Amino acid sequence: MIASLPRPTWLRAGTVAYALAFFAFLFLPLLVVAVFAFNDAPYPAPPWRGFTLDWFFGGKPGRTGLFADGPLLASLWTSVVVAAWVTVLAVLVGTTNAFLIERARFPGKQALSFLMLAPLVIPGVILGISILAFASRLAQLADSWWGLELDFLRPGLPLVVIGQFSYIVSIATLIITARLKRFDITLEEAAYNLGASRAAVFTTITLPYLKPALVGAAAISFLMSFENFNTTLMLVGSDSPLTVMMYGRMREGATPALNAVSLFLMLASAALALTLLRKPADGAGR
Amino acid sequence: MQAAAVLPSAPGSGGRAQARLVLFLLLAPALVWLLGLIVLPHIDLAVLSLRVRVAPREYAPSLAQYRTFVEEPLYWHTFVRTALMSILATGITLLLAFPIAWTIAKLVRGRAKSLLLVMCLIPFWVSETVRTLGWMILLRESGVLPAVLVQLGITDAPVELLYRDATILVGLVYTSMLFMVVPLISALESLDDSLVEAAYDLGGNGPSILWQIVIPHAAPGILAGCIVVFMLTLGNYLTPTLLGGKNSLWFTEQIYTQFITRFNWEQGAAFGFLLLGLSTAIVWLGLKLTGQKFGEVMRRS
Repeated sequence: MIASLPRPTWLRAGTVAYALAFFAFLFLPLLVVAVFAFNDAPYPAPPWRGFTLDWFFGGKPGRTGLFADGPLLASLWTSVVVAAWVTVLAVLVGTTNAFLIERARFPGKQALSFLMLAPLVIPGVILGISILAFASRLAQLADSWWGLELDFLRPGLPLVVIGQFSYIVSIATLIITARLKRFDITLEEAAYNLGASRAAVFTTITLPYLKPALVGAAAISFLMSFENFNTTLMLVGSDSPLTVMMYGRMREGATPALNAVSLFLMLASAALALTLLRKPADGAGR
Repeated sequence: MQAAAVLPSAPGSGGRAQARLVLFLLLAPALVWLLGLIVLPHIDLAVLSLRVRVAPREYAPSLAQYRTFVEEPLYWHTFVRTALMSILATGITLLLAFPIAWTIAKLVRGRAKSLLLVMCLIPFWVSETVRTLGWMILLRESGVLPAVLVQLGITDAPVELLYRDATILVGLVYTSMLFMVVPLISALESLDDSLVEAAYDLGGNGPSILWQIVIPHAAPGILAGCIVVFMLTLGNYLTPTLLGGKNSLWFTEQIYTQFITRFNWEQGAAFGFLLLGLSTAIVWLGLKLTGQKFGEVMRRS
């Protein structure tokens, strides 16, 4: 029942108890990941054997901490590079798409803006395999027609970037379009009347207005790319991004170094979330 | 293509020709993306799934891949199992999310409200891999919960809680929670409190108000949440394979096996299309049932 209506005590108590249980359910997995990053044992499992920072800084054999673990650090960097590319591409294309939807008039626009949402309902695994198969067909054609070796069409990081971009740009488009829709067009007209050039109007009026949406879209794109697993798994070559690397190690039974890197990720995303939420940008968050 | 007016044209600028150029520049990236990365790859995938290798580098059109799917019980069992488990996971997610969404939308106010909302969001800023790692540490035989159960004297020896169907469901519900809570909150927030008060004054009680006022009003949000959760669950790979181990029998795993492990792209493509078909059918059915537009639902969620 709503707050303004009388609620029996059992219902109030029940609500509080349920909320507590719910948030315990949400945070318990994260809590154990964080706690066992500091446990002085070779596996992230109870009992508690004392506090250690070995899983961050340790370098002894069998006790390789996060900062001494070359492959793990390399995969972290790979993820950052991939996410940076995806972010730049998604925000750029998302912006042109927003202008296309909001400002342009052309036949078939309805169908096109409908199609722009389609990637969101295609399972990531299928996006991955379809792009994998198509890229390999293109590579084959280029090879047999022109004798070209197009390496970027083989499984590897360029293909991972393309695969993640293919659906993340839909989200960027939604966020930027939502803000552009509320733009007061008379502002631009006034600037034109005052003699501003098209470029000047864009950089001094439209772009600053769009900035919160662009920042929001960039943050979401970076995060979604960093966390993507399904599409990435199908397109990955020899350099694994972090999620794929962690997946491989989790299947084998990993050391708490994985907890250490997870804790690092949690802190990074919490920092990102807090900066975004502190000044509530339009379209940031979902 | 018809000439079209684009952007408020700057006075004195080149008019139609320039407008066409701008339209072309805006249209090009969208078309490259949608045709090059979405439409053509899926057509290619369809072609791939409808052919069979008759000799090295020679193919003939055939339905053999789809026949294999029907004739091999493992494959269609996995398919049906994945669909049913996804429906179950969606239902459980809805039941667990609704009271919290109600609490956040209607019962708490001000700072507490935004705090609770942020607390709902935070776990989902963390990668699914990390969250799954947490569940593995909690549930495996040498993990936290089996140890707690022994301490409490409920079990004599640690039990393996991983690699069960229920474990997969817990993981899927956990992963999906946000995508249910957020659309529910926005649907419930738009419900005018005075409607509930009026119903109460007219003698309605909890359940009748819930069924006759709240749920009809929140139906679009409930549906949006269910569609998104079902889609994500159906297409999930990480949670079922890690929490379910070898017994997970998830359909995306079959696609991966055919495509990457066995390099049987024709079969993998057919499986991919079956999954895409199921996912699209459910989305379409959900939209039809409530007469909503696809675009509106996507924007809402």
